[in-house]
Amino acid sequence: MVHYNRFVLDNGLRVLVHEDSSTPMAVVNLLYDVGARDEDPNKTGFAHLFEHLMFGGSTHIPDYDEPLQRAGGENNAYTTNDLTNYYCSLPAENIETAFWLESDRMLSLAFSKKSLEVQRKVVCEEFKEHYINKPYGDVWFKMRELAFTTHPYKWMTIGKELSHIETATIDDVKAFFFKHYRPANAILVVAGNITTEQVKLLAEKWFGPIPMGEKYERNLPLEPIQTAPKKMEVTADVPLDALVKTWHMEGRLDKGYYVADLITEILGGGGSSRLYQALVKEKQLFSSLDCYHFGSIDKGLLAIEGKLVKGVKIEDADAAVNEQLLKIQTDLIEDSELQKVKNKTESVIAFEDMSIMSRASSLANYELLGDANLMNTELERYQSVTAEDIREYSRVIFNENNSNTLYYRSKD
Amino acid sequence: MLNRKKSPAIIDSVELNLQLKPYTKFTLDNGVEVYSIHAGAQEVVMVEMVFSAGNWYEEKNIIAATTNFMLKNGTTQKKAFAINEHFDFHGAYLNRGCQNETATVTLHTLGKHLPKLLPVMAEILTDSIFPEDELAIYKQNQKQRLTVNLKKCDFVAHRLIDEYLFGVNHPYGKYSSAEDYDAITTEDMVAFYNQFYTNGKCIIFTAGILPADIQEQLNNAFGGLPLNKTALPSIVHQTVPTAQKKHNITNDVNGVQGAIRLARPFPNRHHPDFTKVQVLNNLFGGFFGSRLMSNIREDKGYTYGIHSYLQNLIEQSAWMVSTEAGKDVCAATIAETYKEMARLRDETIEETELHLVRNFMMGSLLSDLDGPFQTIARWKSYVLNGLDEQYFNKAIETIRTVSAEELKELANKYLNEDDFYELVVI
Repeated sequence: MVHYNRFVLDNGLRVLVHEDSSTPMAVVNLLYDVGARDEDPNKTGFAHLFEHLMFGGSTHIPDYDEPLQRAGGENNAYTTNDLTNYYCSLPAENIETAFWLESDRMLSLAFSKKSLEVQRKVVCEEFKEHYINKPYGDVWFKMRELAFTTHPYKWMTIGKELSHIETATIDDVKAFFFKHYRPANAILVVAGNITTEQVKLLAEKWFGPIPMGEKYERNLPLEPIQTAPKKMEVTADVPLDALVKTWHMEGRLDKGYYVADLITEILGGGGSSRLYQALVKEKQLFSSLDCYHFGSIDKGLLAIEGKLVKGVKIEDADAAVNEQLLKIQTDLIEDSELQKVKNKTESVIAFEDMSIMSRASSLANYELLGDANLMNTELERYQSVTAEDIREYSRVIFNENNSNTLYYRSKD
Repeated sequence: MLNRKKSPAIIDSVELNLQLKPYTKFTLDNGVEVYSIHAGAQEVVMVEMVFSAGNWYEEKNIIAATTNFMLKNGTTQKKAFAINEHFDFHGAYLNRGCQNETATVTLHTLGKHLPKLLPVMAEILTDSIFPEDELAIYKQNQKQRLTVNLKKCDFVAHRLIDEYLFGVNHPYGKYSSAEDYDAITTEDMVAFYNQFYTNGKCIIFTAGILPADIQEQLNNAFGGLPLNKTALPSIVHQTVPTAQKKHNITNDVNGVQGAIRLARPFPNRHHPDFTKVQVLNNLFGGFFGSRLMSNIREDKGYTYGIHSYLQNLIEQSAWMVSTEAGKDVCAATIAETYKEMARLRDETIEETELHLVRNFMMGSLLSDLDGPFQTIARWKSYVLNGLDEQYFNKAIETIRTVSAEELKELANKYLNEDDFYELVVI
C-alpha cells in the first residue's frame, strides 16, 4: 500500500505527496501530459527533442543542471508515445532547489537558439546510435507503420525520420511549450523524507504564480478496427532472419489490458514460458524469442519477436508461433500456470515499489490515468483474471484479421 | 515578490553525515561467511552466492561463463524446464553472472517463498549435469547472438580495447569466438563445476526484509555443502598490453557512427591515488556536468553521450573514455578529449567547479546508499576487493578535502595523451 496526499493548485497543477521518512532523499517527479502521440505527423520526434531543450536554460536560470548538482542532486527525463516525465533526486534538506528549478522552466524556457542547434545534433546522434547504426534498428519504424494506419502510435518517439528533427525551428519550440507545458497539463509528485505541509508551502510558493494556460484537449484520430491480416517483407544486411508479429490490444484502463499483460507472461515471461520452451528449446526454430506489449495508454500493440535459427524457413517459424497461439485460444489454461503468472506479477510490483523514485513515477502515471489510487488496486485487477478470460481475450487478440507480420530477412 | 533569480539556500552536501549501514555477519556450519543487511519497506529478499569461479580460473576459453550460465539447465532430478518453472512459479528470479575473479548465483524473491527456493539453489550447486542437448542449444544460440553483436561497433570496440590493455590471453582481455563455443564439452564443464562450485569457495550476501530465521534457512540449505574445504589454485596472469597504441577499425562500411575508446592502464583500489582520481574522473567525464559532456555533447553536439570511468576490476584497473560519435566528427571528438586532458594538466581547477563536483559526489553517494540492495552491493564490492569500512570513510574524506593542486598533479601523472590507447570502430 503506497500512501499519498493529493491537492490541486488554483492554476490546475495536480500535486501528490508520498511521505517516507526511512530515506534521507527526496524525489521530485514532474510529468507533462504530452507525448509523441500529440505531434504533428510532419514534425515527429518533437516531444522528445523538446525534452532535451528543457535542459537548455529557463527565464531566470541559465543552466538547469549545475545548481541541482551543487545541491547534491541528479536528474533525468524520458519521453514516450504517451507522456514526458522529468525527475530528480536530491538530499531531502535541499528539496527547495528542485522546486525552484522545475517551476522556472514551467514558467518559461529561455528558448535559446544555441541550445536548439546543439540538441538537434545530439538527438540526431541518438537516432543514429539506436536506430540506424544497429542491426534490426529500423524494425519498429516499419512495424508501427504497418500496424497503424491512423493513430499517431504509427511513429516512434524518436521521430519518423532525421529530417523532422533537423528542420525544427524556435517557433515550433515556443508553440509546443505554451500548448503543452502548462500547469493544467502537469502532475507533480514529491516523495521521500518530506511532509505534505512542507510540499504545500513550496508548491504554492514556486508553482502557484504560474499562469494556468489553456488545458490541452486531446483529440486523436482513432485507429479503425483492422479487418484483414497485414504482411510486410524486407531484406537487410543482418546476420539472421527475424520474425516480428503484432496484434492490436486494449488500452491501459480496459480489463483486456490486464488480461493481455498476463497473456504475454504466459507466452513469453521467463525460462518456463510457452514460446521459449516450445520454439527455442524443443523445436529449436528460434535462437531468441520474446513476447511483450508496449503498456500504451490508448489501444496499443502486443508483440512477438524472435531471431531464427540459421537455416529455418521463416514461414515455418511463423506457422509454429501460430500453432502456439491457437493452443491458448483453444485449451483452458491450467490453474497452476495462471497462478504462476499472477505470482510473478505480485513479485514484480513489490520489486518495483522498492525505490521512492519508482513509487513517485508510478503515482504520477496512475494520476495521469485518472486516479493515483489505481496503484494500490492493480494487483486485485490481475488477481481477478480467470482462465476463461485468458482464452476469450486470446481469441480476440490473436484473431488472424488483427495480425501484422513482418518478415525481416537476412540478405546473406 | 518572488525572486526567481536567487537560488534557495542549500545544505552543503559536503557536510552530510554519510554512514554506511553496518552488516551483520554470521558463518554457516561449513565455514561459509554470510554478510547480511536487514532493511527495506517491501517484503523482498536477495540472496547472492559469490563463487571464486570467474574466467581467471578457466583453462579453456569461456568455460567459466558457460558453466555459470548452464547451472539452470538440469540436475539429475530436474530438467531445465522444471527448474525454470519452479522459480517462475514463485515469482522469483534466479540470475547468474560470470565476472573475472568471481561468478555469482543470485536469487531475488518475496521473503515468504525462500523455504521453497533455497533447497533448489543448493540442488543446482551440487547436482547439475550439463546435459549434451542443452549444451548444443546453448552453443547454437550463443554463436548466432555473437554474429549479431559483432555487427555493432560499440560491442567490437568494447572487446578490442580490453585486448589492447591486458592482452588477449588475460582474463580481463579475452573474449569469445565461434570456435570457442564449438570447443566446449560437457566434461570441461563438469570438471570446472566440481572444482569451483560444488567444492568451491563461496561467500554469501543477503539483504532485504530478512525472515527471523534467515540464518537457519541458509544453514539448512547451504551449511552442509562441501564448500570452502579445498584451497583455490593460485594462478598468476600477466598482462600483455599491445605495443601499438592507435587503432582504426572498419567493421561496417555503411556505419554512420564510430565507437570511440580511449584508455590507459590504472592501478587498483588499493593504490593511494585511486580515491583522489575518482574525483578527478568525475570532473573529467564522470557525470552529466563533466567537462567532456559539457564540451562534446552540450556545446558541440558530436554525441548523445560521452563518459569516462575507472574500470571495476580487482587486480588492475584502467581509465577509460567511451562514446559513440558521428562518423565525420570522430577525429574532432578525440581531439577535444585530449584538449580537456591538457586543460586539467595545465590549469588549476576553480574552487566553484571543484565544490560542485564534491557536492554532486556526496549527494550521489547518499542516494547510492539508499536501500538494502544498494547497501549490500557496496559491502560486497569492499569484501571482494579486500577493503573495509576505512575505505568508505577515506573516500568521503577525499571527496571533501582533495585540493585543486593535487588534482592537477594527478592529471599530469595520469592524463597524458601518449599513455592512452586510442580506438575507433566504424
